[in-house]
Amino acid sequence: MANWGKFIVGGTVIFLAALVATHVVGNEYFFFASYVVLQFVVLSTAWNILGGYAGYVNFGAGAFFAAGAYVAVALIKLFAAPLMIQLIVAMCVTGLMGLAVGAMTLRLRGIFFSIATVAIAVICETAVMNWPLVGGARGSTVIPPAPSFGFSSYTRMLFVLMTVIALLAVSLARHIETSKIGRGLRALRDNEEAAESVGVPTLKLKLFAATASGALMGLAGAPFPLYMNFIEPTSAFSLNYAVSALAMPLIGGTQVWIGPVIGALLLASVQQIVTVTVSSELNVLIVGVLLVVFVVAAPNGIVGLARSLNKKWRNP
Amino acid sequence: MNAALLSVESVSKHFGGFAALSDVSLAVNTGERLGIIGPNGSGKTTLINCISGALRGDRGVIRFDNQIVSSLAPHQRSRLGIARSFQIPRPFVSMTLLDNIAVPLEFATQSKDVYGEAHTLLAQMGLGEKATAKPTELTQVDLRKLELARALATRPRLLILDEVMAGLAASEVDEVLDIVMAVSANGVAIIMIEHIMRAIMRFSERVVCLNAGQIVAEAAPGAIVQDPMVRRIYLGA
Repeated sequence: MANWGKFIVGGTVIFLAALVATHVVGNEYFFFASYVVLQFVVLSTAWNILGGYAGYVNFGAGAFFAAGAYVAVALIKLFAAPLMIQLIVAMCVTGLMGLAVGAMTLRLRGIFFSIATVAIAVICETAVMNWPLVGGARGSTVIPPAPSFGFSSYTRMLFVLMTVIALLAVSLARHIETSKIGRGLRALRDNEEAAESVGVPTLKLKLFAATASGALMGLAGAPFPLYMNFIEPTSAFSLNYAVSALAMPLIGGTQVWIGPVIGALLLASVQQIVTVTVSSELNVLIVGVLLVVFVVAAPNGIVGLARSLNKKWRNP
Repeated sequence: MNAALLSVESVSKHFGGFAALSDVSLAVNTGERLGIIGPNGSGKTTLINCISGALRGDRGVIRFDNQIVSSLAPHQRSRLGIARSFQIPRPFVSMTLLDNIAVPLEFATQSKDVYGEAHTLLAQMGLGEKATAKPTELTQVDLRKLELARALATRPRLLILDEVMAGLAASEVDEVLDIVMAVSANGVAIIMIEHIMRAIMRFSERVVCLNAGQIVAEAAPGAIVQDPMVRRIYLGA
């Protein structure tokens, strides 16, 4: 069914382009900004696995992101753990958090589920605020080691790392979407009781989707402390992550893997440009306005809009 | 061992203080066609929800093919061969008709050729030309056929139909009934809940009448309409 050939070639080209860029592009800010854009590609792709495919809207993306980041900080403070270990442990911890969220879907659906995910964010933030090891409310400084693999700066290395994570996230999302799991998730999103009645193990699929989604969000957050060199709860748990993780797939389109990618590339790039050229306060407003415009004018996102225009073009 | 395909043994279900089912026992044999009638609120849908697993009974045991299924999840019962349709059709609206049928084939059967079989099934239902359409584009009768096709795609040994013909025109009732009779001819046991007496009379080998959560009459279709109790509570005499 799914044609992976082109996808793999595309992914390899993107990876190589990122590698080449670290040697060719001189401006350090390019990598600093691109890292953020890629981080949002991961976040919105991860959100979409549960929110788009299964239809369970998670308002707590910020909590998963920050949990990933704080697991990394804790590992650095406790064991001076290397980056790779930070990534793996963060992914496991937030995957387990995802599993817990998945278990909530047993009793909570629709808006009630979403409200419960907000509660998770509040709980996590309160826990971190009161955890002296990771700096509590004051925050904590993290000094990156020297870059390895021959990169000239740590930011460049993290940029390539985030490219790889984004490619992994998108591949996983695409695999889920085009496989039996994806059809099962779509069926349960459309009608959970009907799906269950035709043999779809809805709970198992929801647990899987929630775990995968949580693990990827944590993976997006894990390199954040080393990227920023500093972390404090208010910015790590910023509402911006939760809103963006939800707005980007909705704007791009939630039905196909490319939707959240387009949404994230577009929105995060605009945010970065606006932050530099106009004001750092304006970027959240832009997300809000775009979200409202899209929900009203193109409820199926950019991908949905493109498809219906294409249909009209072919059958005028 | 007992020969019944499905046996419902003393099942009760309460919603708060309301007894939707009290001590209901029922058996269905392989290939049998059973009609269930009864006034609104008499527990017909609750009974099939307990059989299909959408609800768990408070008491009692349900056996299917000599295996206790009352503690299994609905998807597990579906894989064993219990299929159902919903009173109000619940198609997977974001998917094409073909995918609507592919889901049960993929999840409830061992099918090697999911899409081939899905095409065949849609064609048998007269929906072949609409395979790539979405359920929202269908007429009411086609939606019922889709609901039926999706249930059949699980390859059931027991098919439970919850008012599949409600609201259909007379000719459409016959059309759906023909399909149901053809399914029965293949050896599938069918339980049909219906208010259309003409359909019940033509379809059923045996009819049970529920009232206030209890079975109040059980007879051949010709006899049940003569039953004074059934006439009083349901048919009106």
